[in-house]
Amino acid sequence: MAALLQLTRVTKSFGAVRALKGVSFALEAGEVHALLGENGAGKSTLIKVITGAHQPDGGQLEIGGKSVAHLTPAKARALGIACIYQQPALFPDLSVAENIALRLEKTSPAHRVRWAPRHARARELLHRIGAEIDPAAEVRALSMPEQQLVEIACALGAGARIVIMDEPTASLTQKEQHLLFAVVRELRASGTGVIYISHRLEEIFALADRVTVLRDGESVGTNRVDEINEASLIKMMVGREVSSIYPPAQSAPGEIVLSLKNLGCHASGVHGITLDVRAGEIVGLAGLVGAGRTELARVLFALTPPDAGTISLRGQRVRISSPQSAVAHGLAYVPEDRRRHGVILEMPIAANMTMAIHDALFPGAWLRLGAERSLSLDFIRDLAIKTAGPYAPGSSLSGGNQQKVALARWLATKPRVLILDEPTQGVDVGAKAEIHKIIRALARDGLAVLMISSDLPEILGMSDRIAVMRGGAIASVFEGKADAHEVMAAALGQSAGKEAA
Amino acid sequence: MGRYFRELSVAGALAVLLLVLAVMAPAFFEPQPLLSRLTREAPTLIVACGMALVIISRQIDISVGSLYGVCGVCAGLLAAAGWPLWALVPLSISLGGLLGAVNGALVAGLRLPSIVVTLATMVIAREGLRWQRQGAFVNLPDGLQWFGLSQRAGQFTLIGLALAILAALAWAMKNLSAGRFIHATGSDAEAARLAGIRPQFTTFAVFVFMGALTGLAALLNLVQSPQVDPKSGAGLELKAIAAAVVGGVAVSGGRGNLWGVFAGVLLLSCINPALTYLHVEAYWEKAIQGAIILLAVIADGIRTRRQTR
Repeated sequence: MAALLQLTRVTKSFGAVRALKGVSFALEAGEVHALLGENGAGKSTLIKVITGAHQPDGGQLEIGGKSVAHLTPAKARALGIACIYQQPALFPDLSVAENIALRLEKTSPAHRVRWAPRHARARELLHRIGAEIDPAAEVRALSMPEQQLVEIACALGAGARIVIMDEPTASLTQKEQHLLFAVVRELRASGTGVIYISHRLEEIFALADRVTVLRDGESVGTNRVDEINEASLIKMMVGREVSSIYPPAQSAPGEIVLSLKNLGCHASGVHGITLDVRAGEIVGLAGLVGAGRTELARVLFALTPPDAGTISLRGQRVRISSPQSAVAHGLAYVPEDRRRHGVILEMPIAANMTMAIHDALFPGAWLRLGAERSLSLDFIRDLAIKTAGPYAPGSSLSGGNQQKVALARWLATKPRVLILDEPTQGVDVGAKAEIHKIIRALARDGLAVLMISSDLPEILGMSDRIAVMRGGAIASVFEGKADAHEVMAAALGQSAGKEAA
Repeated sequence: MGRYFRELSVAGALAVLLLVLAVMAPAFFEPQPLLSRLTREAPTLIVACGMALVIISRQIDISVGSLYGVCGVCAGLLAAAGWPLWALVPLSISLGGLLGAVNGALVAGLRLPSIVVTLATMVIAREGLRWQRQGAFVNLPDGLQWFGLSQRAGQFTLIGLALAILAALAWAMKNLSAGRFIHATGSDAEAARLAGIRPQFTTFAVFVFMGALTGLAALLNLVQSPQVDPKSGAGLELKAIAAAVVGGVAVSGGRGNLWGVFAGVLLLSCINPALTYLHVEAYWEKAIQGAIILLAVIADGIRTRRQTR
């Protein structure tokens, strides 16, 4: 029997980044096939190839036994491929029936809507997946799982034989998950192939028939779930040696600079954070996407102020109420999305670098352009920023150099605690090593560094200690060097360390 | 291309227009009518400067025309009641600032879209004024016109004041922290917030400043004639926005230069007299103004598309 979907050594590059280096994957009719891999392993790229959003550079893609050359999103839909994303992509102001019709009906603008068949069809589709949702209800009023069910109904109505579900349970409660699982099992029973992406191993074992592990853009292997255990799955996900390109730590860490006790913020889902960061120490904050790492940084910087617990700096309890007070207390936060938030692209490098120190550098609120120029020249030299000069706009720099400018902006505040959020995301290898060297040198000079990263080798190579977050809390803390399996296991919730919260 | 290419191209267009006029209609440059025309544009220039700051911070204020009318009428009524000019200046500026603060509080405090907020305040102020005045002009006491100076001295004073404000603002945008904050807020408010800047406060302050400048401009209009027309501000918001956009202020925020706005005000104000002097029907004025604005927006659109590529 030919597979529903067959990918053979598919490759895809974005510029110099090889997102997929050769992925082979097969989906049979009537199976739930789980796709597993750490952040950046290539799962989303693979999905985009299957749904036609990206064209693969090489390899072969077969759907229903026929080779497909140029897949477009419309063609993929016509071939029976449907994707259900974590966040349902429905129109909140339209009714359920209208949303379903929008996906399924192809009409001219002047076509008259026939409401009765439209509602009947929606009701029938919803009934088939056992969902009790009124077709006339506004989508805005539906709960998250109900919206996912509507998405599934759309997929079903479109005659989808291949359904991709991207972390469908991320925002569901236990009870809602079971409902969803029942629907997935029903889909399988009706001969549909389901590609199921999840970070939760227990779900994969409960639901899937087979599992394929991706790592660094390659498919590592496919196994039947009843022939494999959690430990070997984690090993497949991690399975590489950490290269020794990382600069070594030298001095022993000093006094505790930043101390968090039971810190929490209800609005951002962060709770019970207890963590110390010492002078001269790099604490790596690991975890999967959505584990609450960036949220924690934003709580510390009072972008979403905490509502529980305490923050102490050098033993003194402090109250941080705004980003301004965070800066005044010696905190610096280099945010994640550097092109949007790290540097202001329209503004010159020099202006970007002094952005956070106007009060200190320009008392009385008029600018000292000379002081600004010399400060920016110092940073350009110290951080080896490749630029035409201090007045070149931020948009003229490469990613790595933009990151250095973002770093310079915060080093200019002379912080005691530096929070880095994905400092090398999307940066090429050379600049990455340079940034690592800079971070290590800063720590050596006595800065306390909290480094959020989804890049496991970076976490392992750079950190003096590693805190792993999961579900908005710290799951484990590894003193000294940890190994990749332990960190990954903690991030996935397969307790290997001590459990907090 | 240089950083000020956009501003220089507007100045270039203005120079070409003036050159054509110098050849075809030298009468355009007769001193007295020229001085009168420039004087009439002085209030517009001040409002356009404020509008430029508003647009750079990625907002819009379409209530300025109405606020201008309110400030002008209030100052006129006080003058008629015997208040001296030196007292009217701070009062009109404060009144404008206060009305701007209402806009600012709604936009920055409640995070409402500025186009809707200022549309509402525009209508409220305009209709309030109409109800109060019933269309009647306010007669001003003698001795107020031209600050009690001769017409010529008064005109020079007005133009000088407007240019001084322009120069001061242009200097401030480059040399004060506030200028940076406005640019940063307009480029990306969230990025500004992450850099420790308070974008909401900046936005509020810009609206207050816009109002204060409107109050001042209304006063500079008031001293030009013996009466105040309650409808004197009608269409001023469009003139100011057009001058800012033609002068290179990006509607998407973050970018703009006040000298460019100056060139924009001059260019747009030259069109009507240029048509008259060139014996073209004056009906074409608005169409040509519209074409120039469209050209400016298209140029900016092409520019940003090239940058994002």
